[in-house]
Amino acid sequence: MDTPKRALIYIEGLGIGVGFPAPLWAMHISEGILPFHWAAFWFGVAIPFVAYGIWRLKTISKNDITFKPLVGLMAAAIFIISCMPVPVPMAGTCSHPCGTGISGIILGPAISVLVAAVALLIQALFLAHGGVSTWGANIVSMGVMGSFAGYITFKALRSARVNLAIAGFMAGLFADWATYVTTSVELTSGIRGDLPFMSLFWKILIAFIPTQLPLGVLEGAMTAGVVVLLQKKRPDLLVRMKVLKPEEVAA
Amino acid sequence: MKSGVKSINSGSKTKKCLFLCVAIILLSFSLHPLAFSSEGKWPGVDESVIEKYAKAHGREPKQPFINTDQGDLLLFVFFFAGVAGGFVAGYYWRTLMIGRAPKISKEGQQKTI
Repeated sequence: MDTPKRALIYIEGLGIGVGFPAPLWAMHISEGILPFHWAAFWFGVAIPFVAYGIWRLKTISKNDITFKPLVGLMAAAIFIISCMPVPVPMAGTCSHPCGTGISGIILGPAISVLVAAVALLIQALFLAHGGVSTWGANIVSMGVMGSFAGYITFKALRSARVNLAIAGFMAGLFADWATYVTTSVELTSGIRGDLPFMSLFWKILIAFIPTQLPLGVLEGAMTAGVVVLLQKKRPDLLVRMKVLKPEEVAA
Repeated sequence: MKSGVKSINSGSKTKKCLFLCVAIILLSFSLHPLAFSSEGKWPGVDESVIEKYAKAHGREPKQPFINTDQGDLLLFVFFFAGVAGGFVAGYYWRTLMIGRAPKISKEGQQKTI
């Protein structure tokens, strides 16, 4: 490849990266919001998923040398996407997509959890985004629920022979929404005290809706775009990752 | 004939998808007042939802472990993170989509991997 083309690719990457040099308006649960026992509980839930993700990564990358660059690409993409504040004019607020729908489809949910955990740790340590004590809760909402919701939605729709772009769109949409439903559950259980769970849960969930409904649509469109782009550029990768069947590529 | 049926089906699916998007956006408009924060413009949902409800129930956010949210320091950290993330994404994208760059041998000749 000639130098100008290579330079262009780096500049594009740089452009994506520096496109959000603004103070962060985010959605992760901040440091100190959850009481100790609830923070510990969510760590307990997250650890097996992260451990399984590490094991899956080791197993797959032993047999496939192209897998690590794919994981690297997805990790960087999730990191960038999940700290990209998007203003939602109809709500007058900002939030960010999660990116775990894309990684859940392409890498599988287990490795997607691991990738999300790494992105969340960097954000909690250096970007004042999320928190170290709430890392477990944020892994569960964004990593576990986002990845699994995206993956399951995509697989279910594809097995019902739904078009790739629409399946990708719905996967991104549900991955985003699942993240915020889980965040509502985590927050409610942490702060409710003696109040009934459901009434506070609905209040928090409804408060998320004006921002997260349209943002879910954006995340769906992004997910569909990435899946379709990869299908055009590297269909063999999608076949290897079991996103597409070989006969679909041949057709 | 078959391909004609297929394209009609995919067209109706696309219409359904578009209808769903419009419905979602309209619904979010209808719930607009719930997300409005009286404190400043464009708050994040962490501020307008998470911290708001946490404060109302006696839980205040603590300072981050490493507090980079001081003055323009956070801008710098975000800029740096963006540059690093962008380079990593660009590098792996190139590796996957185009293949690695050719190595230059000692004699100055290019070797393709």
